Amino acid sequence: MATEATGTTRAAGGAGAPVSDGNGRTPAPGTPHEIARVRVPTRSARGELRAIKVVWKRELIRFSRDRLRILTSLMQPFLFLFVLGSGLSSLVSASTHGVSFRTFIYPGVLCMAVMFTAMFSAASIVWDREFGFLREMMVAPVRRSSIVLGKCCGGATVAAFQGVIVLAIAGLVHVPYSLGLLAELFALMVLLAFSITAFGMMAAARITQMQSFMAIMQMAIMPMFFISGAMFSVVHLERWLAILNRIDPLTYAVDPMRRAIFAHLHVSAATRHALAPGVTWWGWHVPSLLEAAVVALLGLVMLTVAIFEFGRAE
Amino acid sequence: MNDTATTAASPAAETAPACAVSVKGLVKRYDQVEAVRGIDFEVASGEIFGFLGPNGAGKSTTINMLCTLVRPSDGSARVAGHDVVGERDEVRRNIGLVFQDTTLDGYLSAEQNLRLHAELYGVPRELVAERMRQVMEMVGLWERRDSWVNTFSGGMKRRLEIARGLLHSPRVLFLDEPTVGLDPQTRSSIWRYIRELKAREDITIFLTTHYMDEAEYCDRIAIMDQGRIIVLDTPEALKAEVGKDRVQIETDDDQAAIAVLRERFGIEATVAEGAVTFGVADGGQFVPRLFDDWDPAHPAIRSVSVARPSLDDVFMSHTGTTIRDAESTSTDRMRNVARMMAR
Repeated sequence: MATEATGTTRAAGGAGAPVSDGNGRTPAPGTPHEIARVRVPTRSARGELRAIKVVWKRELIRFSRDRLRILTSLMQPFLFLFVLGSGLSSLVSASTHGVSFRTFIYPGVLCMAVMFTAMFSAASIVWDREFGFLREMMVAPVRRSSIVLGKCCGGATVAAFQGVIVLAIAGLVHVPYSLGLLAELFALMVLLAFSITAFGMMAAARITQMQSFMAIMQMAIMPMFFISGAMFSVVHLERWLAILNRIDPLTYAVDPMRRAIFAHLHVSAATRHALAPGVTWWGWHVPSLLEAAVVALLGLVMLTVAIFEFGRAE
Repeated sequence: MNDTATTAASPAAETAPACAVSVKGLVKRYDQVEAVRGIDFEVASGEIFGFLGPNGAGKSTTINMLCTLVRPSDGSARVAGHDVVGERDEVRRNIGLVFQDTTLDGYLSAEQNLRLHAELYGVPRELVAERMRQVMEMVGLWERRDSWVNTFSGGMKRRLEIARGLLHSPRVLFLDEPTVGLDPQTRSSIWRYIRELKAREDITIFLTTHYMDEAEYCDRIAIMDQGRIIVLDTPEALKAEVGKDRVQIETDDDQAAIAVLRERFGIEATVAEGAVTFGVADGGQFVPRLFDDWDPAHPAIRSVSVARPSLDDVFMSHTGTTIRDAESTSTDRMRNVARMMAR
């Protein structure tokens, strides 16, 4: 009875999406009326989209179940923002032109919240492998790329959600709630979340042990955070640090965020120039849009590598 | 990854295949080691087909090749009419898998796990609910559908995996050691589901096991050792091939009874396990004859037992070793393989 039901389904599926099936499954030539069985098309764009969606949804379900994780991953950004930010503010007040140090490091903290959540999301694929669930996804009749993409989207969504919480407290550090600004910050956050998850997925394709994965991620993320200029201005840096700073991909996420925030603050041009000067390449000011493109491009490259790696693995 | 290879589907494969699985010269080589050394066999539609052999015999490697997880080094295999290399997705769509290790998401409920599977396999939405209820009821987990899988026992998880493997109405269900690590009661209930399943659905079941007693439930079994299929037939035929049933009689005077057996029946008997023991072609027919020809003057027979040859005897007669002995040596062999691969 059940098989019969599926038989009809197969017919329905075959009739429903024959166009998107790139394999041209038509009856054998010469026997147009002898279609023995109609089955779900081998591959349809709809099927792949559904696979991306289901993997994405699973990430969300698992994240929503893990309240502790939501709380703990907020801990670090809040520590940086309020403890470190407040503690250092008197020390650095001379050079911040009256702008609160907390406001200054806010974009960096925003990035940090996103990065850590995205990293943990990527780590979940290492767990999935360990607990076998990865296998269930790998043997499904869908592209591996759909699974990797779904994971990345899931990680990005979860991280963006975490970012939104930090975004919500913008007022506490004197960042105005302007719709344009919030939209811009949010877009940059999503972009960063996606790229970091892709980075994590790329690493997870090769690193199969949780301990090593976490160690490697920490090793990559912490220097990235400190070098990016999340805590300092990118002008007048020592030469070696300036070079590292321009290489660090996170620089190109923190900088446009900070510039967007300072564009909405009522401060003098001199202050803006001192605190949010923008990244330069050999003296040329890199526009925000290009910086965002750098982050997006890196994310796409890493996603491609991750897809390739997971596809290759037997 | 080679997802684009599915275009090679031939129209001939569209007709319902008589064989659910057909394998020709299948080989899997890992560096210098051959895990599977060229095997050929066919599984008919609707059959329960078992792979029996010690750990490390190549059973799991074969299953992994058949379900497209491992690419064969040589030879070819078709599952549900589709080539496992060229038509990977078609194969995947038509098979259900239950692995040795669990592949459930413990942080999701039983129902969520199944729903996720249904979506990955593209089971049409309007059928999901009904089908889900059906498979969960079959394995007796419908009441627990909202519980987190992490709260399930090992046996429940295995049952849920079987239910999930059936959700998309596969043509072939692969069960890799479906009862390993389970208590006897759960083992027998898993087998009850498997037999029920065969009666209810039009499905072929392909399983591996290293339990001799479980292999008896299969329609046909292939005994595998060191990457080769040693013998393939129905359990009855395999046992008949070994030939003799084992008859044991308890008597008042064993030595006198042995003498009578030699003179009257031409049978060489020995004393084993405290009873006069001998082998005859058909124990069931022999026993009445024994009593007909047994004089009251002969030593009295107090009890008779007839044992059919077991698959243990079959394995032994083909390999000269018991499955347990083979297991320990092949584990060593696999360890060496692993060591080599790690280099």
